[in-house]
Formats: sequence, structure tokens, C-alpha cells
Amino acid sequence: MKGYSILRTALSALRRNVMRTMLTTLGIIIGVAAVITMMEIGNGATIAIQRTMISIGANTLVVVPGAANTGGINYGIGSLMTLTPQDADAIIKECTAVGNVAPIVRARTQLVSGNRNWVPTYVYGTTPSFLQVREWMDLDQGEAFTEHDVRNASKVCLIGQTVVKQLFGGQTPMGKEIRVRNVAFKVIGVLREKGANMMGLDQDDILLAPWTTIKYRVVASSLASANQSSTNTNNTNEVNTLNKIYPEIQQNLYPVPSDTEQADSPQPIRFTNVDQILTSARSAVQIPHAIQQITTVLRQRHHLHISDPNDFNIRDMTEITKAMSSTTELITKLLLCVAMISLVVGGIGIMNIMLVSVTERTREIGLRMAVGAEPGDILRQFLTEAVVLCLLGGTLGIILGRSSSYIVTSVLHWPTATSVSAIVAAVVVSATVGVVFGFYPAWKASRLDPIEALRYE
Amino acid sequence: MDLIRLKDVHKTYNLGEIDLPVLMGVSLNIDRGEFVALMGASGSGKSTLMNIMGCLDHPTSGDYWLDGREVSRLTARERARLRNRMIGFVFQSFNLLPRTTALENVLMPLIYSKEGLSEHQKRQRAIEILRKVGLSDRLGHQPSQLSGGEQQRVAIARALINRPQVLLADEPTGNLDSHTSEELLRMFQRLNSLDGITIVIVTHDPSVARHAQRIVHIMDGLIRSDADTPRDGGTL
Repeated sequence: MKGYSILRTALSALRRNVMRTMLTTLGIIIGVAAVITMMEIGNGATIAIQRTMISIGANTLVVVPGAANTGGINYGIGSLMTLTPQDADAIIKECTAVGNVAPIVRARTQLVSGNRNWVPTYVYGTTPSFLQVREWMDLDQGEAFTEHDVRNASKVCLIGQTVVKQLFGGQTPMGKEIRVRNVAFKVIGVLREKGANMMGLDQDDILLAPWTTIKYRVVASSLASANQSSTNTNNTNEVNTLNKIYPEIQQNLYPVPSDTEQADSPQPIRFTNVDQILTSARSAVQIPHAIQQITTVLRQRHHLHISDPNDFNIRDMTEITKAMSSTTELITKLLLCVAMISLVVGGIGIMNIMLVSVTERTREIGLRMAVGAEPGDILRQFLTEAVVLCLLGGTLGIILGRSSSYIVTSVLHWPTATSVSAIVAAVVVSATVGVVFGFYPAWKASRLDPIEALRYE
Repeated sequence: MDLIRLKDVHKTYNLGEIDLPVLMGVSLNIDRGEFVALMGASGSGKSTLMNIMGCLDHPTSGDYWLDGREVSRLTARERARLRNRMIGFVFQSFNLLPRTTALENVLMPLIYSKEGLSEHQKRQRAIEILRKVGLSDRLGHQPSQLSGGEQQRVAIARALINRPQVLLADEPTGNLDSHTSEELLRMFQRLNSLDGITIVIVTHDPSVARHAQRIVHIMDGLIRSDADTPRDGGTL
């Protein structure tokens, strides 16, 4: 008995009792559809959770310069000037695990608008990809500045909600001017409210501008001072009109090195530096990979010898990442349980109907045996019927599952994501269920005594 | 040479505690081309004998040669092959597959055939046999659309599809009226005389048995009489 004729026999047997076939298939249809819908909704939820986690900054990696150590005084992390905007370009170009890169130039300074003033937590000079790294792309009003603005050192800025409240009260800040150390910035956009970060710092208390503008027009200290801690405090070398406006601001916290001291420990002046580089890994799992790639690229660019320590540090958000991966894992396991239960229920449904079918068709089995069907033929026939039912149910289940997850998305606005693995798994499992749960009834049929079977009423 | 040769066949059913002997030493020879009626009251063992002759069952003891081959010790699988090739069955209750056309019903045994015919050859053979039983205009009809006599003729066509050596009919007219029975029995006679098919009919009805050439009476698991029918009437 060849495969083709087995299949044809099975199909004609199934066609002979359409109602029974449909009822049997229904179990698997619902099982598979449930699996696929659950998996897709679950996948959507996972992605949504991941996105939320990313907006908190789960995938963010912060590259900061290393610690400066001069004359026995360690100035702490970030006090060395080793990172350049070119480093940022190299990272995005060469590190495949890195999704976005934004160099950051910090300043802590006063903003003035009209008769109000305010010192925000963050005054950041950066590139437009900062918003991507921080998952902050959709602005409340206006538009982000562009790469073009960065190249031109345009005097434009984006401000956070807290700054809006402090400087403009209820009025719209769009198109207004903010003076930062006597440099007038035009407000071209307002950031969406983000609230405090996990350390309790208000993330909306921010001003973002092209890093070139902040660097060259506001801080204007790039080529001069020895380290960052003195950048904001020791501005004696700068030509800055603020000296006259706010004479008290110029207090030296650190001893100013004498000429001899500076000659003893010369700082190589070679580049425009940035205070930190904000990067984001493409996904949570790629974080270690991204760290490794960034380290390699930066060590190479900074011409560090194998024995030299890194002149930078990379920080990741271990805590958030851990929370994210455990949440994702939990959801996946939960879905797996639901899926298994649905399929087992469907499979038992198939087994029941197949058992009934064997009983109902006892005479047919007897007849087939009488005309020369071997026990193996009967076994194969019933097994094929069960598998055909399962595959049919699987196919219809996929269609039903896909369409119901589509409906869930369009009606309930829940996020869903197509899960190819769920579809493949559902088909494989439904075929397996067919074989496993179809085997017992088929085996039972093949063991029938043809005489008894023919006499069966 | 004998087509069917039974020698001292015993069959005992084991019903839990007690053994129920059904056949108690039956010896019977049937030649190729014979038309034999097995007669006996119910419980006489005639159906059991037919099951053994049809290789559906094997004897508890004794020997059975079918076409010169000892078949009483074959496995279920070997017996299935033998049935497919050598034996056609006709049952009292027709046993057609419901909601399946006459043609498909007739084709069914060919699924299990090892002959390796093409689909076209199979169909040709089935159509030819259905024509022989006078149903060439009923090919696409389902059993529910056929009369009892027609259904039984489909069953006969199905029994003949594998060109068996012997046709075993268990009360083939049991569910038919006398007129249809008569027609059917004439068909058996024609198949026997024209195509030379050996036919064994099991019946309890003397008017049915009368159509055979030879009547074997069975009573209490033993053959009581074995005689040719007088050629008085009801023949061709």
C-alpha cells in the first residue's frame, strides 16, 4: 500500500463523515489558534516591555573618560580628556552591536529668558541621535535639531518640560530665545515629559543643543584646560564676558598649577574632546558584545599598549537589564505553558474522536481486513487520518490565530508581533499530537479480529 | 487437483472457563470450479468453517490446503495477503462503505493489492466487473441510492475485483426478497459456469442451496451429508 493511496483512502474516509471530521479538527484548530494568538500577543507584550525598559535606558552604555591622576591627586572618573567626537563616529561605524551613538558635552550654567532665569540639571551638547539612544524621539512640540545644525554649530535648542515651566510659565516656548552664558539659543522643540530617573534626578530639567554649539560657543574650553573637573571652574584662560557679569563664579576649587608644574606633567593637547559618549546596544543580549567592541575600537584609536589600562570606562545598566531579561523569560515560560495545555487538550480531543471513529467503523475495518488489508495497513490508514486531521487543523488554526491576533491588534490596540517560531512549532506539535494521540486508536483498530469486526453491530 | 482441502479440522473457542468446540473434525475437499452450498442450522459451525476456509481464522488443529498450499499456520499478515489474492467475500449485510460510490467500493480491495496496476487499469477492471454484474449505469451511485439486490451485486463485484480463485458467500440472500435472491443466485451460477470461479455459499435455506451443484450439510460441527444436487430445475 503506497503513500499516495494511503492518503487518498484517509481523505475519502474523512470526506465520508464531514461533521465528525470538522468536530475533530475543531479541537486542534482551537488549540493551534490559541497557541499562535497567545504567542503573538505575548511577543507583542515582550517587545512593548522591552521598549519601555529601553526608554528607561536598559540598553544604554555610557562611555566616560578615565580618571586623571596628576601629582598624586586622582580626579575621579571622567576627569581625563580622552574621548573625541571622532571616537563616537568610529564606534557607530565599526561596532556592529551598537545601535546609536551620541557624544555629549556637558555644561552647568544658567539659562536666562526674559526676566526669568534657571539652572537646569542638564545642559547637554549632543547630536540628534541622543534622542534615539534615550528613546525620546517623539517630541511634545516642534522638531529636533539636525546633523546640519551640529555641523554649523547652530544656536538652536530643545528643552524639557521643567525648563519650560521655569522659564516660560504657561506660555509656549517655541521660537523664543534662551540665553546661555550670553549666547542666544532659539527654542525649536520641547521634549516629551519623562519624569525622574531611578536616582531621582529630574530628566525633564534639560536643555539639548548641538554639541558643537555648546562646545565652541558656550564652554569654549576644549583645547585648553587639563581636565574636566577644572573645565567648569577654571576658566581663566577663556575669553568670556561672563567674567565681568558674574565675577564670583570664578573660584578655583583646585590649586592652579604653576607653569613649572604644568611643564612637569604636560597634557597632550590634540583634539576636541567630549565629556562622554552615550551609546545604545542593539538589544539587551548584545550588551556584552557591544562593550567588547567599543573597548576594542577605543583602545585601538587611543593607541593603547596591551599593558596600558583603559583610558575610558564603559558603564551599563546591569540592574535594569537583569530585570528585563527575567521578565521576558517569565513571559516566554508562561506562554509555553498555555500553549502546551491548549495542544494537549486538542490532542486528547482528537484521540477521543478517533477512538469513537474506530468503534463506529468496526465493520469497515473488518471488511478491509477481509479483503486483504494487513494490520499494518489499517494502522497506517488511521494514523494518516489522524495526522491529516491535525495538519488540517494546524493550517486552519494558523489562519484563525493570525486573524484573531490581527483583530486583537486592531480592536483592542494591543501590541502583537508575528511569531514565525510559534507557527512552525504549532504545525510541528500538531503533527506530533496527531501521531501520538492517533496511534492508540489506530493500533486498537489494527488489532481487531476481522471475524468479530464483521459481526459487530 | 483440489482447490480447498480440509483434513480433520477442529476449532474450539475458549470462552473463559469453558472450551466450546465448534468444529469437531471436518474433512472436506472442493475442486476447482465447483459450486458448493454449506447448509446447517445456526450454531452448527458452518460460519466457523467458512471463516477458516476464507483464511479469516485458523483451525485449532487439523490441516488446510488452499490451492496446494498449507495455510492453517500462517500469520495474520500472510493470511491477509492470501485473502487479498485468492478469496472474495460476499456478506449477508453487503458491508459496503457508506457515502462511497459503487465504483469506489469495488476499487477498495485493490488498495491492498500487490499487483501494481495503474490507476487507469484499476478503473477499467472495476468498470468491466460492474458491467458483468449488470451495474454499468450505477457506477457513481452510493449504496443508499441502490436497492438491496444492486448493493449485493456491488459487493459481488468488489469480491471479484482481485480475480480470486474462490468466492465465499455467507448467507448472500439473507437480506433480499425471494425474487432478487433468485436473480442473484443465477448470477452466481453464471459466474461459476462461465468464468469458472469456485463458489461456496453458506446458507440455511434449502431453496438457496438448491442452486448449487453440491450440498454439504453440517450439524454439530461435523459433516452429516455431502451430495450433488439433483438436476431438477433452477439451473441455467
